[in-house]
Amino acid sequence: MTKKKQKVALPHPHDPLLRADRIPHIWCPGCGIGTIFGCVLTAIQKSGLPLDDVAMVSGIGCTGRMAGYLNLDSFHTTHGRAIPFATGLKLARPQSSVIVTSGDGDLFAIGGNHFIHAARRNVDMTIVCVNNFNYGMTGGQVAPSTPFGAKTTTTPIGNFEEPFNFCSLAAACGAVYVARWTTLHIRWITDSLLEAIQKRGFSFLEILAPCPVTFGRRNKLGKAVDLIKFLHERSVVRNQIDPKDAVLDFNKHLVVGKFIDIERPTFLDNYQLINRRELGDWPALERQVPRMEKQAKG
Amino acid sequence: MVEGALVAGCRFFAGYPITPASEISEILSIKLPRLDGTFIQMEDEIASLGAVIGASLAGVKSMTATSGPGFSLMQENLGFAIMAEVPCVIVNVMRGGPSTGLPTFPSQSDVMQARWGTHGDHPAIALSASTVRECYEMTVKAFNLSEKFRTPVVLLMDEVVAHMREKMVLPDEDDVEVFNRVKPTVPPEWYMPYEDTPRGVPAMANFGEGYRYHVTGLTHDVRGFPTSRPDEIGPFIARLHRKISQHFSEIQMAEFFQTEDAEITIVAYGCVARSARRAMIEARERGIKVGLLKLVTIWPFARSAVEKVLQKSRILLVPEMNMGQISREVKRVNPGVAKVFTLNKVDGTIITPEEILNRITEVA
Ligand code: SF4
Repeated sequence: MTKKKQKVALPHPHDPLLRADRIPHIWCPGCGIGTIFGCVLTAIQKSGLPLDDVAMVSGIGCTGRMAGYLNLDSFHTTHGRAIPFATGLKLARPQSSVIVTSGDGDLFAIGGNHFIHAARRNVDMTIVCVNNFNYGMTGGQVAPSTPFGAKTTTTPIGNFEEPFNFCSLAAACGAVYVARWTTLHIRWITDSLLEAIQKRGFSFLEILAPCPVTFGRRNKLGKAVDLIKFLHERSVVRNQIDPKDAVLDFNKHLVVGKFIDIERPTFLDNYQLINRRELGDWPALERQVPRMEKQAKG
Repeated sequence: MVEGALVAGCRFFAGYPITPASEISEILSIKLPRLDGTFIQMEDEIASLGAVIGASLAGVKSMTATSGPGFSLMQENLGFAIMAEVPCVIVNVMRGGPSTGLPTFPSQSDVMQARWGTHGDHPAIALSASTVRECYEMTVKAFNLSEKFRTPVVLLMDEVVAHMREKMVLPDEDDVEVFNRVKPTVPPEWYMPYEDTPRGVPAMANFGEGYRYHVTGLTHDVRGFPTSRPDEIGPFIARLHRKISQHFSEIQMAEFFQTEDAEITIVAYGCVARSARRAMIEARERGIKVGLLKLVTIWPFARSAVEKVLQKSRILLVPEMNMGQISREVKRVNPGVAKVFTLNKVDGTIITPEEILNRITEVA
């Protein structure tokens, strides 16, 4: 997408946020990551946040490379550890808005433990999980998101493990905002991202993305466009349902929507509350939900 | 040690409970909130060092503390901090290993892990302490070196020193020299977060200050972006090493006790240096000319200090609570002029002055 714009040399609304000299990017043709990256940029612009206060932290993998194309403070960490690095960043500089972008393998296999604890602590950050159903960068191995029966390089006959339902996991761990879309739900992704960025607390967004080159090809899901269509056509929107009922069944339907949007004190709210000694011993403290600071919507 | 960290400006601690390093967390959990600092107990040691690096990048001096198994878990992120040049301090209260080993007994078995634990070719700075006063001073020093050279610094302690109680008068805070990272003075468009400088250490902008730069563990160019160009990779890795090797004298700390006339010099560090000093005094009472070279900086290795004692001594004795990790280095820098003897103990008990004295009489 961005490559084309460069050719015609017209200014693009995302230009101020892009490191144009880093492009062409590494993603394969037809990959869903570029679309999601575009939505992230739009949401950051719409949020009206001072750009110096926005930081993007990513893990390792195809999605992990997002940070490098963004003209903001960007932090490409070790595999699976984006969330701990982001936690340190956020706690040391609370005025930062921290967005973590990574893939399903990085966030939920090697980094799964960090995810569940950051959600429990309600560290104020936005997690964007690009779920492409396999490990793309390393050539298409089975991931914790790979559907039962699907073929990957390490499950050549078919996956014999059950995948996670990430949204249900996030909600169970205490995330205050949980939504899932496919890459064709561009407006909804952007709206959800905006809400998630503005939300105080641990927000989680899962985006089902086509990976035509490794996942699509091995599972005979056709070309990039066919795969995008497949994901979109199978999806059904079910807002506000319990995310444990938001199943992903490739043979029937893929449930998407905004599932959770609640208020809960963040790690820093409680840290400050508990450490204000004059309020007495902690069991006696009344837990308050801090009022949301309303931010103008673009 | 905790006081040293706070005086040095540490305001962020992330750690995971582990014997015998938990006391450091416990004290900081009380002290940091009162100083507007942040204390967090993470889900494991990997996350602890990750959070420490993240906080440091946001401009807050940060540290963690652990012991053997936890230090093993930190190795990948330790390499990240070296590669991305993010200052931070890691205290490792060594225990006997391998594996879960001897959690509550002293050891010095992580000396080589502090040097070569993380993968790839990398420089390393590691300090040690043998008295409570040194714990304080070396913690300050560790923060200063990490800020000065934009690199993680490991403070190696042993269970004896970590749990020791000694009287010390804390110096006046104003008398403690504290070094803070050098900030860029150029406008953001010109800022090169990984450029070469005369000192080999680039200026460091903190996240949020408007410099908007990229930090990665991939091999990167002067602007911080991933590169696979040989003409960029080579100079970058060379600079990482040079920024330490070029400033050897600023990092190197060693103490000489009666080495001027010593025929036998004991080379020791940490709690063993205490026993060695006692043994030295007793040996001298018996008329054996013994000296002591106490290593304070462990890495980079004190080549020049060893060379200095080799001008006089023809016998070196290296007692250590491992199978011979520093003695290997001593042998490596000895050009064959002296005999190097070892005294190794790995049973969880300390090396006593008598044991060192016996070994001296054996080799004298
Ligand atoms: S391997 Fe898959 S996820 Fe990775 S860039 Fe290619 S299409 Fe995208």
